[in-house]
Amino acid sequence: MTGSEETLRKTPLHALHLELGAKMVPFAGYDMPVQFPTGVLKEHLHTREKAGLFDVSHMGQAFLGGDNPAKALERVTPADVQGLKEGMQRYGLLLNDRGTIIDDFMFTHLAGEKELYLVVNGATKEGDFAYMADKLKGIATLMPKPDRALLALQGPAAGRVLEKLSPGIDTLTFMHVRRATVAGCPAIVSRSGYTGEDGFEISLEGKDVEKIARALLADPDVLPIGLAARDSLRLEAGLCLYGHDIDETTDPVEANLVWSIGKRRKMDKDFPSGEKIMSRLLNGTEKKRVGILPVGKAPAREGTEITDKSGRVIGKITSGGFGPSLNAPVAMGYVDSAFAKDGTEVDLMVRGKANPARIAPMPFVPNRYKRS
Amino acid sequence: MSEVRYTDQHEWVRLDGDTATVGITKHAAEQLGDVVFVEVPEAGRKVGAGGEAAVVESVKAASDVYAPVGGEVTEGNAALADEPAKVNADPEGDGWFFKLKGVSKDEFAKLMTKAQYDEFVKGL
Repeated sequence: MTGSEETLRKTPLHALHLELGAKMVPFAGYDMPVQFPTGVLKEHLHTREKAGLFDVSHMGQAFLGGDNPAKALERVTPADVQGLKEGMQRYGLLLNDRGTIIDDFMFTHLAGEKELYLVVNGATKEGDFAYMADKLKGIATLMPKPDRALLALQGPAAGRVLEKLSPGIDTLTFMHVRRATVAGCPAIVSRSGYTGEDGFEISLEGKDVEKIARALLADPDVLPIGLAARDSLRLEAGLCLYGHDIDETTDPVEANLVWSIGKRRKMDKDFPSGEKIMSRLLNGTEKKRVGILPVGKAPAREGTEITDKSGRVIGKITSGGFGPSLNAPVAMGYVDSAFAKDGTEVDLMVRGKANPARIAPMPFVPNRYKRS
Repeated sequence: MSEVRYTDQHEWVRLDGDTATVGITKHAAEQLGDVVFVEVPEAGRKVGAGGEAAVVESVKAASDVYAPVGGEVTEGNAALADEPAKVNADPEGDGWFFKLKGVSKDEFAKLMTKAQYDEFVKGL
């Protein structure tokens, strides 16, 4: 074991992953399962056909308290936090003063509760929490919850499976959240996820998570799923991976995430670099995040140069690989805005060869969220 | 009578006369996971020992496959274009990558035997 591996953190499900035969890799500072003996292709397809269980306990969970935490949070995100109804969650971008993206996150207004519940990315959580605590000092109090664990149960069988352990939970619809009891354990359950499928994210006390994971895995429709399939599922769903598709060099406009800016916020421009971002929305940006479908079978990986048909470099792939549900390669990346229209023909420079591809709408696989 | 040798890059090579068949080992296939794309060299291409000759891609990543010995490509395994999963199903059989002619027996003899390779893998 090397020195860096020794310092890797473990989620409360680490021993269960090993017991299930997972191949472990370092991810976001944790020793995490990249795949199980099922294998990434079958894990991916099984999630879309039945249900997959993901350990996402590396992600950062916190509560934000204070006199008006929703109003406070709007200092660092362009999302409409104050307008979020009770029992619902929403996607937001954490922006620095330059208006570029520090992270993307989910925020929740639990029914009857004043504090907001937040979930941020694992690799960025320390920085996010320090930034929020600093920016919101005196008006809100951030309370990180490092002892909480997080499970994602994703796929068309998720509702049926979780209903057995938490009667009534299947009535939740997409982006709704409630406190619930799962097999006797207190949980925060949201109908959401990162796969494009129906499903849940289940926040639990760390001490309870193994019991719940085992209870979910006892259903024959549920398989444990690793990070590799999580990545191919989210890519087919057209969802951004922080640190790859968005980072502190991208802003919400070029990242095509303007939908996450609240209507009231657009009018008031009262968020970091609000004036600049709204002017960029009006006047356009040099580059745009787009979906890309290679014409042939060869995947184009992150970092692959995108050229126009004359060979001029017009962009770069930020996520790329093989989409098991499409049985074809898929990618996303940034191109000069003049080339961002769906159907535009481009080339991808893979091992010195120009592989034809076209700009394509995302998601690549239709979302199947439970909307009613 | 053919003989199989192995490289520390996890290729196998089977020599029949001066013709060699090359693929990746069972260990390599297991490490890669599900193979989704393979690019094999065209007939007529000359490769040197240790030179990049093919590409194998899993869902997650792309890896080069090197020629264990020098020679001229006589055939790439065209079946892998449609069925890259053959590499996982039968890495040291149907999942072969390419064939070479004009192979040097001396180069071949420098490669690891099955016992040496198994020992090498155990030490990883």
